[in-house]
Amino acid sequence: MSDDHVYLSLAQGPDAGADEGDARWAFGTGFEDPLHGVDTAVPAGLDTAALAARCLALADDALVSAQRLTEWTTRAPELEEEVALANIALDLLGQARLLYARCGQTDGTGRGEDAYAYFRDAADFRNVRLAELPNGDFAFTIVRLLVLSSWRLAELQRLTASPDPVLAAVAAKGIKELAYHRQYAAEWALRLGDGTEESHRRMRAALDAVAPYLDELFAACDVREEVTAVLAQVTEAAGLPPLEGAALPGAGREGTHTAHLAPLLAELQSVARAHPEAAW
Amino acid sequence: MSDTTTPRGDWPLYEVFVRGKRGLNHVHVGSLHAADDRMALTHARDLYTRRNEGVSIWVVRSDLITASTREERDPFFDPSADKVYRHPTFYDIPDDVPHI
Repeated sequence: MSDDHVYLSLAQGPDAGADEGDARWAFGTGFEDPLHGVDTAVPAGLDTAALAARCLALADDALVSAQRLTEWTTRAPELEEEVALANIALDLLGQARLLYARCGQTDGTGRGEDAYAYFRDAADFRNVRLAELPNGDFAFTIVRLLVLSSWRLAELQRLTASPDPVLAAVAAKGIKELAYHRQYAAEWALRLGDGTEESHRRMRAALDAVAPYLDELFAACDVREEVTAVLAQVTEAAGLPPLEGAALPGAGREGTHTAHLAPLLAELQSVARAHPEAAW
Repeated sequence: MSDTTTPRGDWPLYEVFVRGKRGLNHVHVGSLHAADDRMALTHARDLYTRRNEGVSIWVVRSDLITASTREERDPFFDPSADKVYRHPTFYDIPDDVPHI
């Protein structure tokens, strides 16, 4: 591999000098701040309470999902899958940070992102319940990821037209990430649904487990038709039944959560709460 | 990295080539295990371009690569060792010719 580096730097010519790092695959370049050039002042006349609530809900979905996905680290069936799931978690964590920051700028409290992530209790979280359910087996994780990423992608696509420039910019950054998450989940859904008898059985069980939590996704933003069509396309191709079932009453968006959220938050928040002023 | 004789599970080994953002050609960056070509591509994306290194990826099953062997090293490569005149260093390269 070192030979390749030499070859590549030779290929850049003797003047490469300052660009030498750019020529090497191991040193990524061209990093961008997603909010670069975006005016972060809150536009006049905007319903800031509604904007803050929207940002908080989207951030909570992302943070809780990221925490669940991170739990696969060291436990995934393959090293490659572990990194893939961790990458997705990091994408979502990045979205959560920007959205919490925007929430703090618009809800009148001026709180920072850590205040939202670490110093609120379960009843104050507004994530949908599907995000907080335990990982279950790999099939459940995939079905949940497929549903949540299809839904979030549809939501963010609409939010690119948000009157708030920051939310629009976060959405624009997010749709590329979500498109990959959905693709990743859809490819696994096909493999498992159309795989062995055992993988098919597990996928069916996962669909049954996810179905009751589907309805609450569409309360705030009506993307039901779009998302249902995407999910139907995947399940059909995978030889699986459509995702349907009776909705479970209650809504995470209103602070009604399952018993699974509190332990998730306890782990997530333990270090920050034990050392409230610590910096890392 | 080049150990193709001990498969892990049933997933074959793939070699990964990434073209950097400013690089001219795909460069071998490592290998990974995947169940099929498509999965190899997404795994490569997740393992080898997560620091913004790439704009294009090639993956190929390791067992499809024909490689020169260690025994062939001398007859293959030594004969060119003394033929320095094959390097284009005896020419003046105009400033406006890039990538040489």
